Amino acid sequence: MLAVQLAALLGGDSGKAGEGAEEALALLDGFDDALVHGLARLADERAEAVAALAAAFAATPLGDRLAEAADAVVSGSITQEHLTALAGGRVALSGAVHDALLESLDTALGRERAEWPPAPDGLGTTGGAAVQPAVQPAAQPAAQSAAQSAVQPAGNVLGGVRSWLRELAITGWRGVDHDLVSAADQIVEALLAAPDLRRLAVLLDGFAAELRASCPIGSAEHLPVRRWADLWTRALLLSQDGVLTAEPRPAATVSGRLLVLGVDVHEHGTAVQFQVHAVLEPADGGRPRLLRTSVAVAKVDTIAGPALWKLTQRHKLLLAALADRRCVEITDMPLLDSGDLVWDDDHAFVSKPADPLAAARLCLSGALAPAVPPLDRVAVRIAEPVLVEGYKVTKDGSFDLGGTVLAVDAQRLPECGPLTPKLVAASSACVGLVRWDAGRWTLQPLAVQAKVKREAVVVATGDWALGPTDPKAAKAEARAADAVTVLRERAGRLLRR
Amino acid sequence: MTDRSPNGATVWARHSRLRVVPPVQPRKLAKVPFVELADGRLQGVVSSGSDIGRVYVSSIAAGSHNYNCSTNNNRPCGGLYGSPCKHLRALVAEAVVQYGADRVCRYLRVEVPEGADPADCLGGVHEPAPAAVVFSRFLRHLAYLEVPDTTLPIPELHWFPATGTVG
Repeated sequence: MLAVQLAALLGGDSGKAGEGAEEALALLDGFDDALVHGLARLADERAEAVAALAAAFAATPLGDRLAEAADAVVSGSITQEHLTALAGGRVALSGAVHDALLESLDTALGRERAEWPPAPDGLGTTGGAAVQPAVQPAAQPAAQSAAQSAVQPAGNVLGGVRSWLRELAITGWRGVDHDLVSAADQIVEALLAAPDLRRLAVLLDGFAAELRASCPIGSAEHLPVRRWADLWTRALLLSQDGVLTAEPRPAATVSGRLLVLGVDVHEHGTAVQFQVHAVLEPADGGRPRLLRTSVAVAKVDTIAGPALWKLTQRHKLLLAALADRRCVEITDMPLLDSGDLVWDDDHAFVSKPADPLAAARLCLSGALAPAVPPLDRVAVRIAEPVLVEGYKVTKDGSFDLGGTVLAVDAQRLPECGPLTPKLVAASSACVGLVRWDAGRWTLQPLAVQAKVKREAVVVATGDWALGPTDPKAAKAEARAADAVTVLRERAGRLLRR
Repeated sequence: MTDRSPNGATVWARHSRLRVVPPVQPRKLAKVPFVELADGRLQGVVSSGSDIGRVYVSSIAAGSHNYNCSTNNNRPCGGLYGSPCKHLRALVAEAVVQYGADRVCRYLRVEVPEGADPADCLGGVHEPAPAAVVFSRFLRHLAYLEVPDTTLPIPELHWFPATGTVG
């Protein structure tokens, strides 16, 4: 990322999503506020906010349905269908904000992105018109559930999710109590048993844990209002019959050389995901493309830090590539239409050394970025790998690139790796993910080049994939690894088999 | 959780990507394999010192600080003589390691003078509570380790950033 590119991204209305995005976000905020207090207690102002969300769609095919839903909710009749319609409206609005943000980022970076292929039935879309397709599955639950009910054994579970989410919306965050939170336990358990529904299980589990930890919420001063509305909306979307079984779809199998840019780590109490960002140089000599590959594992909260890597041991080859900083030759590995490679050790072998900074310098600029599936068009998912060099680190740890300042998110450095805010502050080059949250762009470092004791070193979040190389961390890891052993022993004795 | 708000109310309110539940500290699990702050109680499972196949389910209610300790088959703990048994004390001690004293005391609503052990500051009495709920939550906890990993992406986890390293 060059100074001029950063200036283009932040220039003018700094961090804004562009024309109309502020208005869209204001509509979201209004609706989100209604969820704080619950749809059963809509004071005038909040009733207006719900109506305003619906009114934004007046000129679209969704207009009537949303207007009807808003009217019904305001008058106190809150059905699943109404909530689904309103959630669909929120999905569509935030999808439009995502599209505007990603477009301004792509434009600033000069990054070309693949077109989303039109769906065979003509419902698909490209570019900015995310509103229609993004809302499609959410807005037509009746038709979909009729079509899917025969092949959807998980239908009962999904019904349970939807009614829990309805209770939540009616009650509002302020009214959530232990009983309401505990009702999610059985639902999550049932979801976890169905591999197709894993995404919803992981989402709901993380969401419920936050509500649980915040109980009693009635008195809490600050609430993550947008976040919880995001999670609620997302869960409602994924709980529509047929959504989770429909995507992402396999697009192709690919072969070639995979150059690792870094690992982004996602974690809550009972799940961790290692998401590797990489560039694929296709074996057939085609254009290099940006893609991701991930491993997600269930865990418990007492397993944390470097011990997390141990849970992914089955994927030794990927771990070795990360820890030894090598590129990987892959053969016929499945690629999803979302740009995610479905990792399989059997289709890969570790090849020559290539650290993340070298990989980024070599092939990041011309790589083709993957299209974003309609349902994934949410701002939180924007995570574009960039290489930043030639900056000065400011007092607060931001990068000053030729007079334009990029905020660095040093709080998002995972505990399972050696990268620290101190190393980032001492760095001269950085591979990171550009993200957008709460109205501003930030850089999440994945790897840096820094001087430690006058020696230039490269430090990356994935360095400890095969275990910590630092003695102090190794000791901590040994203690934590013991946690896995103890829990496995307890499980062996106490779990009914 | 409010004290983790980076720049005050508005910023917290508009963030999508947050770690709302602070990560817990790793600890030795042999004696007390399970501790949680849930359902209005500090509750957990304590391994029996004498029988490897037996565990005690211990809990302390927030606010009243009424406590209970029994085996998972609901047999009362023999150590409860009008005061908390060693299992309950171990539960509190491990909860403090896992969550930090602040979070535990805030949850239980207990005032602890500087330097005092939170376990000494609880005022409750023995009150039978069903062990089955806590025990089944523990089994559910253990069952996470049996869930297979997946290499299919979970885009929803973008809402849940890993955090941790300080300094």
